[in-house]
Amino acid sequence: MSDFFYLIPISIVLGAIGLVVFLWTLRDGQYDDLDGAAERILYEEDEPRRDKD
Amino acid sequence: MTCCLPPPDFIEAAAGPIRRGPSDDEIRMASRDIGKGMRQTDLSVPAVHCGGCIQTIEKALNALEGVDSARVNLSTKRVAIHWPDGSTLPPMVETLVGLGYEPHLYETEDSQKDRTLPGLIRALAVAAFASMNIMMLSGSVWSGADGATRDILHWICAGLTLPALLYSGRVFYRSAWNAISHGRTNMDVPITIGIALAFALSLYDTIHSGHEVYYDATVSLIFFLLIGRTLDHVMRERARTAVKGLARLAPRGALVLGDNGAPEYLPLREIVPGMTILLAAGERVPVDAVVLSGASDLDRSLISGESLPVAAEAGTRLEAGVLNLTGPLTIRAEAGERDSTLAQMVRLMEVAESGRNRYRRIADRAAELYSPVVHLAAFAAFLFWMAFNGDLHNAVTVAIAVLIITCPCALGLAVPMVQVVAARRLFDAGIMVKDGSALERLAEVDSVVFDKTGTLTQGAPQLLDLGDIAPETLAQAAALAAHSRHPYSQAVTRAGSDLTTMPGFTEISELPGFGVEALLGADRYRLGRADWALSAADSAGGTVLSRNGVELARFAFADGLRSGARKAVTALGEAGLAVEIVSGDTRAAVAAVAEELQIADSAGGVLPGGKADRIAALRTGGRKVLMVGDGLNDAPALMAAHASMAPSGAADVGRSAADFVFLHDDLSAVPLALAVARDAGRLVRQNFALSALYNAIALPIAIAGYVNPFIAAIAMSLSSIVVVLNALRLGWSGYRFYRWPLHQPAVAARP
Repeated sequence: MSDFFYLIPISIVLGAIGLVVFLWTLRDGQYDDLDGAAERILYEEDEPRRDKD
Repeated sequence: MTCCLPPPDFIEAAAGPIRRGPSDDEIRMASRDIGKGMRQTDLSVPAVHCGGCIQTIEKALNALEGVDSARVNLSTKRVAIHWPDGSTLPPMVETLVGLGYEPHLYETEDSQKDRTLPGLIRALAVAAFASMNIMMLSGSVWSGADGATRDILHWICAGLTLPALLYSGRVFYRSAWNAISHGRTNMDVPITIGIALAFALSLYDTIHSGHEVYYDATVSLIFFLLIGRTLDHVMRERARTAVKGLARLAPRGALVLGDNGAPEYLPLREIVPGMTILLAAGERVPVDAVVLSGASDLDRSLISGESLPVAAEAGTRLEAGVLNLTGPLTIRAEAGERDSTLAQMVRLMEVAESGRNRYRRIADRAAELYSPVVHLAAFAAFLFWMAFNGDLHNAVTVAIAVLIITCPCALGLAVPMVQVVAARRLFDAGIMVKDGSALERLAEVDSVVFDKTGTLTQGAPQLLDLGDIAPETLAQAAALAAHSRHPYSQAVTRAGSDLTTMPGFTEISELPGFGVEALLGADRYRLGRADWALSAADSAGGTVLSRNGVELARFAFADGLRSGARKAVTALGEAGLAVEIVSGDTRAAVAAVAEELQIADSAGGVLPGGKADRIAALRTGGRKVLMVGDGLNDAPALMAAHASMAPSGAADVGRSAADFVFLHDDLSAVPLALAVARDAGRLVRQNFALSALYNAIALPIAIAGYVNPFIAAIAMSLSSIVVVLNALRLGWSGYRFYRWPLHQPAVAARP
C-alpha cells in the first residue's frame, strides 16, 4: 500500500511538468499559426525561424 | 499548384501604371520599432491560402536587400517583415504585388495581440491538469479506499483544486460580480455559487474525515465551462481578425504641400483646414475638401450611394472617403479629421447604437429563470431534511448536492457550443460573425432593408450588349481601358480580359474626365466620352471607341445586380420576411432595381440620417429589422438595426458596425446566414429543453438524498456530452445548396 503513495507525487509532478511545458509553448507563440504549421511541414527547406533570435 | 494562380486582380495590377497597395510613406508610418535597430511592418495579405503561398512570399521577401526576415502567418493571413531602421524601405509592397498577393495595412491601433485568449487557454490548461489528477485520485476513493488513505487522498485533491479554483475560476467570478454589481444576474452567478458551496462543503468534510467530497465536480465544472468560453472567444477572435484583415478604405494620411513647396506625408490627425493636399488617382479623399486644380472623375458610391461616377473640376466639394478615379487633383482641406463627413457619421452611429444595447442574450434570460428555481429547490431540500431528521450536516449536504447536480454545466455549454458550430459553418461559407448575440438577433428578424448601390448591385458598372461588339474591337478597347481606373474602363477591361490578342498601342495617355488615347501605327485611337473621341458633333453622348475621330464601337453600361441577388430576395420572401430598399441613389435608379427584383417597397434619395430613421420607424412599428448595406451612409442604419450585414467591400465604419461581414460576392450569404441563425436558435432551444429534462430527472433524486459524488460526476459529464453532440448536428443535413465555387481563394479558409 505504501508504494501507492510514492506513485501519487510522481504522477502529480509529471502532470505539472506537462502543464509547465504547455504554458511555455503557449508563451513562445507556437500556437500562433496552426494552419501555417500544418502546411510548412510539407516543404523540404527546414531552416530555423529567422525572426527569432 | 493550381490553387496558386494569381488572383484575378492581378491582371489589372500588371496592366496599368497605377500603384497598388499602400505607399512607402504609409508603410513607414505604420511600422513599429522592435528594438535592436529593427522595425517591423505587418501587412495583411488576404490572398495567402496555402503552403505554396508561404514559400513563394517568404523566399521572395527574404531575398530582398534590406529585409532581415519575413514570416507569413497563414491563420491570420499576414506577413511580418523585419527590416533595419534607417535604411531605405525595401520594396516589399512592389514584390508582393508582383507575385500577385496584394498587401494592405490593417488597423494598427487595435492590432495589439489578443491578450484574453492566452489567458483563457492558461486557465483551461490549469483546470485540465487539476481535473485529470483529481479524477484519477477520486477513482481510487470510489473503488474502495477508506480510512486514513481516503483522508490523505481527499487532502491531496483539496490541494489540487486550489489552483483551478483560484486561477481558472476567476473568469466566472469576475463576470458574475460584474452582473450582480449592476443589479442583474447571468449564467455565471449560479455557477459561482455552485463552485463556492461545493468547495466549502468538501473542505469541511475533508477536515472531518467525511465520506463524500465534491472536488472532482467542482473542478470539472470549471474545466467544461472554460472549454465553452474558450471556443466562443476563438470564434469571435477569428471573425475579428478576418474582418480587420480586409483592405482599409479610409486613408491614414495625405501628401500635404508644405510652405516651402515640398510635399510631405502627414498622418490624418495632423491635417488642419486650409492645407493643400496632393491627391493622386486611385486615392481616397482624406478629409472634407474642395478642388483647387486638376480634373478627374469621382466615385462617390461608398459615401452617398450614387452609382455613376461624377466629374470633378476646380471648385468641386469633396467629402472624406470619396475615391479619386482618373486624374491627380490638388485640393484644399476644409475640415480636420474630427469634423469630416466620416466623423459625423460616427456620431450618428453612436446615437443609433443605444437601441441595440437593450438586447439581452438568451443564456442570461434563461439564467434568470433558472437561478431562482434551483436555489429555491436547494433551500426547500434543506428545510425538508432539517424538519425530517434535524441533522444539519445531512441537510446541508443534500442541499449542496442539489446545487451541484443541477449545476448549469449543460446550460453553460448549451448556447456557446451551438453558436461556435454555427459560426464555423458560416465561416466556411465566407461569412464572419462578430459575436454570438448577433446570431440570436438575426434569428428573430422579420424584415430586411437593403441598400442598393454595392449591396443589391455590384457597385461597379458592367458592360451591356457585349454581343454587338466585334472581338477585335473589344480587344482594342480593353487594351486602352487597362490604363485607366475609371469604372467604365475597368468594366471594358473585365469584358475583354479573356481575349488573348493585345494590340500594340504606343503613347498611351489618359485625359481625366474624357478618356484614354493612344497610337496604333499612325492611327489615333480614343476611348472615352463621345464628344471628345469623335470629330463629328455627336448629340447622343455616351462612351465610344474611335479611330481618327470615327466611331468604331459604342458602349453602354449599367450597374449590374450582384450575383445571387434575385435568389436571395426570393428566398427571403419565402422565409416570410418583408423586403425593402432604402438607398441614397436617385429614385429612378432605385425603382429600376426594385422592379427587377420584384421588391414592392423602395425609397430613393435618402440621406444617411433618413436610413436610420426608417429603421427606427420600423422598430417602433414592432418590426425586427435586418439591415444589409455597404456604404458610409449606411453605417448609422447598420447600427440602429436589430441585426446587420455588410459585404467585405463596405466602408470601414460600416464593416465594423455590422454584425456579419460576408466575403463572397454572392448575396445568397444573407438567406444562408438567416437559415443558420434560425437553425442555431432551434438547437439552442432544444439544448435548453434537454437540460431542463435532465434537471427534472436529477432534481428529485438529489432532493431525496440519493446523490453521491460518483453519480454527480457521471450525470454532469453525460448531460454536457449530450448537449455538445446536439450542437454538432447543426448543418449536417443541408446548406449544400449554398456552397459557392471558391473563386476567391482569399476566403478558402480552413479550420
